[in-house]
Amino acid sequence: MTGLVTALSFLLALLFGGIVLFLAGENPLQVYESMFSGALGNWNGVAETLVKTTPLLLAGLGVAVAFRMQLWNIGAEGQLYWGAIFATGLALFVIPGAPGWVMVPAMVGAGLLGGALWGLIPGVLRAWFGASEIITSLMLNYVAILSSEYLIHGPWRDPQSFGFPGTPSLPAAAWLAHWGTTRVHLGLLFGLAAALLLWIMLRRTRWGYEIGVMGENPRAALYAGMPTKRTILLVMALSGALAGLAGMSEVAGIGHQLQRNLSPGYGYAAIIVAWLGRLHPLGAVLVAFLLAALTVGGDQIQMSLGLPAAIAPMLQGTILFFLLGGDILTRYRITRVIG
Amino acid sequence: MTDILTPAFIISVLAAAVAAGTAILFACLGELITERAGVLNLGIEGIMLMGALAGAGACIWSGNAWVGAAMALAAGAAMAAIHALLCVGLRANQVVSGLALTIFGGGLSAFLGRDIVGVPPPSTFHRVDIPVLADIPVLGRILFQQSALSYISFALVGFLWWYIYRTRAGLRLRAIGERPEAADAMGVDVARLRALYVIAGGALAGLGGAAISLGTNPGWSEGMTAGRGWIAVALVIFAAWNPARAAVGAYLFGGVEAGQFRLQAAGVDVSSFFLNMLPYLFTILVLVLSTRESTRRVLGAPAALGRAYTREDLG
Repeated sequence: MTGLVTALSFLLALLFGGIVLFLAGENPLQVYESMFSGALGNWNGVAETLVKTTPLLLAGLGVAVAFRMQLWNIGAEGQLYWGAIFATGLALFVIPGAPGWVMVPAMVGAGLLGGALWGLIPGVLRAWFGASEIITSLMLNYVAILSSEYLIHGPWRDPQSFGFPGTPSLPAAAWLAHWGTTRVHLGLLFGLAAALLLWIMLRRTRWGYEIGVMGENPRAALYAGMPTKRTILLVMALSGALAGLAGMSEVAGIGHQLQRNLSPGYGYAAIIVAWLGRLHPLGAVLVAFLLAALTVGGDQIQMSLGLPAAIAPMLQGTILFFLLGGDILTRYRITRVIG
Repeated sequence: MTDILTPAFIISVLAAAVAAGTAILFACLGELITERAGVLNLGIEGIMLMGALAGAGACIWSGNAWVGAAMALAAGAAMAAIHALLCVGLRANQVVSGLALTIFGGGLSAFLGRDIVGVPPPSTFHRVDIPVLADIPVLGRILFQQSALSYISFALVGFLWWYIYRTRAGLRLRAIGERPEAADAMGVDVARLRALYVIAGGALAGLGGAAISLGTNPGWSEGMTAGRGWIAVALVIFAAWNPARAAVGAYLFGGVEAGQFRLQAAGVDVSSFFLNMLPYLFTILVLVLSTRESTRRVLGAPAALGRAYTREDLG
């Protein structure tokens, strides 16, 4: 039933988006056709969609873990940036000469750590001061992006780069392996592995069970002696770490340097990935792929039709509206029949 | 550095603080009445963006800034109506609905505004000195050499304070946010009233957007609110849901924004990236401090904030 609502939300959102496009004087069918063929119509498009699936999946998993515990971490964007900053700093300045088998795992560790530390800040503020993690994690997104801008314009700037400020290129040992001639890289496997591990963890471990209980009923968790403060910190660290890994993958797999606009809002789209995927790790895989296709399609119409790529987030928001509404309507129907 | 702390400099920063704080103040008052009614709206950022676009767009089309302001109100109300429908009508998750509204508003405004990026509006809300009052030393420069929108925001603060604490309608507003069961039992139509306040609050946030695109930063550009909607949401907590305190908070932030530019202009040797972080870091600081205070003094949030109300709860 929930799958049906999700699918229906997609369709209704496309319909609504079509009406907006039509009213704005565009031909909706042409726009959608162009989006679809750009994202899934040929192997290049599919490969690009998989490239975008990677950060959406990793960051979306991070958001899902936190949302499960009713911790509204919307700071995935900033955590992604700090993962990228840590990984870049490590590769450029700490172990620049290391061979690949040292470099890549070390960068994974650095990405996880950078994101985890950035995620811990709202975690600590929430656990000790009761400050809403919604606001603090969101504010930290701006701070993280400005930190990255500072580094690439200032101390980390490549003196050889003139027009486009960025750090120097990472050493070749830090570049993630690619699939053939496409840009699809090892990061996708990180994402799939993370989804599988999370799924096992949430289903099979005591800790996963505790997260579930605490999310559903914090008071019961307190009575059962589950450590809420510690769990808040752990969940925020894990959530941030996954987003940080997304940032590391973007740097090591795509740009091979820290540069401006590292993320076109992956951290925000991650919220949609998490919610549409029903906060389920495997659901996130499917939704991340669909939203990636939407993003690639958005880029496509920007290139071929000169329309803003912002159509993608507009559609994403609309899908979420229909999903929220649809869920309630189905629930209402069910209780009425029983009652 | 020495010429920074002259009285003239401080007064000009304070005047700029009021000018820059006006947009945040409208948005903050909008969120304030929404939350007073028991509904959390995290879509303020997206609503402000749509308001900024509608304001700039309608002004470019009509040539009149007031038409822009009216359209910004309408756009804000329309956006908030989605939130009201989902959260009040269908009792959906308020956090997720608000986030969806922000993402949606960011995308829709960028799409619809694609042709007017950087087009200067033919008319804006510029400085209008109020006769006599503007000549009061210090205060006149700070409060009475502002734009018409700023004057409207002063009046709105006073009006909302009176409305919330001194009228029967205000009592009902507080009741549906604190004890919707009791309000319902008194014969108040909780859902209808909540929806109305969500929509009214959205209209104000939309006007806040126009206060940027037709005031401090004329013209439209993608994502131009730059997190001010989120700052407004955080300020409601600082304000302890009181309109007068909201004004203090909004001007504090206007001051940070204004001071930041002036420090740069005065040649202070700090990277602009760090100066630009200040409002966001300051928001976090203010939030942490005011959360501690509000938990200590129990002047906190409306008791039913974020909780959908259903008749079944009456049991």
